[in-house]
Amino acid sequence: MRQPVIQFTNFSYQYRVQSEPTLKNINLTIYEGEKVLIVGPSGSGKSTLAHTLNGLIPFNTEGKISGSLKINGKETKSLSIFEISQMVGTVLQDPDGQFIGLTVAEDIAFSLENRCVSQAEMHKRVWDTSKLVEIHEHLNMAPQALSGGQKQRTSLGGVMVDDVDILLFDEPLASLDPATGQLAIELIDQLNQETKKTIIIVEHRLEDVLHAPIDRIIVMNKGEILADCTPNELLQTSLLTETGIREPLYITALKYAGCELKELNHLDVLDELDVTPYKEKLEAFLVNSSTLKESSEAEVLLEFDHLCFSYDQTRPLLQDINFKVRKGDMLSIVGRNGTGKSTLSKLICGFYKPTNGRILLHGKDTLKLSIKERSNAIGMVMQNPNQMLSKPMIYDEVALALRLKGLPEDEVKQRVYETLKVCGLYPMRNWPISALSYGQKKRVSIAAILVANPEILILDEPTAGQDFKHYTELMEFLKSLNEQGITIIMITHDMHLMLEYTSRSIVVAHGKLLADSTPVKVLSNPYLVEQASLKETSLYTLAMKANLKSAEALTESFIHHDRRRRESCQPC
Amino acid sequence: MSTMLGYIKAESPIHHLTGATKLICLLLYSVAVMLTYDTRVLLGLLIFGLACFKASKIPFKDVAFVVYFILAFLMLNNIAIFIFSPYEGCAIYGQKTVLFHLIGPYSVTLEQLFYMLNVTLKYFAVIPIALLFILATHPSEFAASLNRIGVSYRLSYSVAIALRYIPDIQRDYQEISFAQQARGLDLSKNEKPLKRIKNMSSILLPLVFTSLERIETISRAMELRSFGMEKKRTWYSAKSFKMQDYLAIGFMLLLVVLSLCVMKINGGRFYNPFI
Repeated sequence: MRQPVIQFTNFSYQYRVQSEPTLKNINLTIYEGEKVLIVGPSGSGKSTLAHTLNGLIPFNTEGKISGSLKINGKETKSLSIFEISQMVGTVLQDPDGQFIGLTVAEDIAFSLENRCVSQAEMHKRVWDTSKLVEIHEHLNMAPQALSGGQKQRTSLGGVMVDDVDILLFDEPLASLDPATGQLAIELIDQLNQETKKTIIIVEHRLEDVLHAPIDRIIVMNKGEILADCTPNELLQTSLLTETGIREPLYITALKYAGCELKELNHLDVLDELDVTPYKEKLEAFLVNSSTLKESSEAEVLLEFDHLCFSYDQTRPLLQDINFKVRKGDMLSIVGRNGTGKSTLSKLICGFYKPTNGRILLHGKDTLKLSIKERSNAIGMVMQNPNQMLSKPMIYDEVALALRLKGLPEDEVKQRVYETLKVCGLYPMRNWPISALSYGQKKRVSIAAILVANPEILILDEPTAGQDFKHYTELMEFLKSLNEQGITIIMITHDMHLMLEYTSRSIVVAHGKLLADSTPVKVLSNPYLVEQASLKETSLYTLAMKANLKSAEALTESFIHHDRRRRESCQPC
Repeated sequence: MSTMLGYIKAESPIHHLTGATKLICLLLYSVAVMLTYDTRVLLGLLIFGLACFKASKIPFKDVAFVVYFILAFLMLNNIAIFIFSPYEGCAIYGQKTVLFHLIGPYSVTLEQLFYMLNVTLKYFAVIPIALLFILATHPSEFAASLNRIGVSYRLSYSVAIALRYIPDIQRDYQEISFAQQARGLDLSKNEKPLKRIKNMSSILLPLVFTSLERIETISRAMELRSFGMEKKRTWYSAKSFKMQDYLAIGFMLLLVVLSLCVMKINGGRFYNPFI
């Protein structure tokens, strides 16, 4: 008989500042050694559930609890956050934000220090743990200097050192690029198999988590558990789409192609899925002619001409970058973290000057233009809206750029209202910014830029940390802006975004421009995928498995079909 | 810039002392220096301080900027002393030898110059040792050494964390400043000073919010990893006291005693060559 380690019984929780409970009557049991995934859209209560497990609720956040939650048979209400943290180790979302120690070793040792473990024992345990998570060769490095994957290993080490029974991962993929995310999932799986620890992953990027096998998926929505079943059972239903969670692409593709999934096993592991019976249906699904426009003849707005850049004159960060952005383009710049993607956008805005080469705006060299002059044509939206919003009220925030230009207040008012309407923020025009959700703040930050009527809009990771529903809303909004003639450049490592919403992708890696092509082509080229730290899409894998004549054709047909479906239900 | 006052790695006897030893030594040494205005003692201490700095193998050029910065301040300090109390030296040494008249009530006197020389010497003597504590103590040992001398570990850790976040906040500041400039905010010299200060304030609010966000994340992370559970805590990187540490502290104690003895002999804090 398996031992239950976590037992929710009629458990409800209400934040002190909320009028409704966030968790409603939860009944859930998780057993020893299980690997469980909790999915749900933002606001579904999945993070709250995670916080009740690690003790942040109720010990850090005030609220009202009813029902019971037992961990290892002990009622959590009667414990302290420290006692809970000895049983449940939490790996938080953003590894950078949670490093406490100045070196890897100290960070791993942190909780031992707090428990007054003797120095000799501490050194031994840090060494053993670091070997387990394979970071022992970097013990004296600063955590900030590590690669994304190594950071993940370090934060895992800091939790594992306590010998906890349960490992809780709170959105572990949110700040990782696709390739690093894949490694993280493999690492978690390896730990689960080697140490038999119970693993709970809270994440909305379902397909990425399913890269390694999962025992059970809990689907949450509006504070309730909608499903508690195996991945295979879940993928046969349409529950995911209904709750606003993105299914794995290959599942959607099979459904689009009209394949019946009810009878299938191993739906969650594409490698083990037998797709031969569906070859015919998939082939029929392929759109025959490639509908791609290779090059457009529209006016060139922005041009990179043999651009080179380096911060310190010695190590070049960008070398000989050449590409053109034409009016009406919607393109993505992709590439590994730290390879100069964001630097490109800073060069466009004029924060840095090129070391060599030129950036042309409307055919004219921008070198002499100040940041302010460029801002008339180019709008830049940062990844974190909190870095942009500087006024307490929405209206003032959006009006800022116009007031800086010295426009009369009645014109300001008219243009602000217009922009707020375009962005769907008009009903909230008199709200304070602090009352907004993250997604709404993002919208305000875009509105604050749009109001100045830029020809080019540059967005840095526009969809980071947003669930499928908000992702779709935001991207459809950007698409409509693009249709109105605004040129859009997005810096991203979201493969869905580049596939579904951009017509061109610029791949930058190791300071060089590796490709300027369609996203479909980029994602079907294993070399580019590897260099840009992306990963091949499951559509590509599916096409290979089903022996289709072209993986690109499947991807194109998929996007085509997907767009038609979305447009047909557009009125809402 | 961020490494301006950071740890400089080297293999030296000074680096081998524990952080706590260096802190205690700095405190004792400062007491010894602050007690006396005796030029001879101060000169001796200055030479000792410079010798220690030399022994630490930290290249002077790495700290040159900071040293010049301090010197500039010292200059200001001297000028201020002269403006506010031009005859302090005469009062102390009990006579007035005017060298030349300056302006209004201000005359330059030999005694005042000698007094200011002593004040300057005091600072000169402390600078090398104070710099050594900052430059030769590994940041990881900072908190541990504060805790060792009795500062509560929560406070010690706050100091260490604050230091560790300076580069992050600098980066945030730059990003926010970029974002605001791209919206047409002029922070360059083209703008009038008053307007520029007002514009700078648009960076402040987002900076405060992003910093609060950081604080919340880190404090949660710390709490989830048992920070504050016990009354005490141990330190992974604390070094244990060795013979050299006791010797160093003993020697500094001796300096304090010496300083006190000289005071006794001089019959006060000042050495008066004018009698």
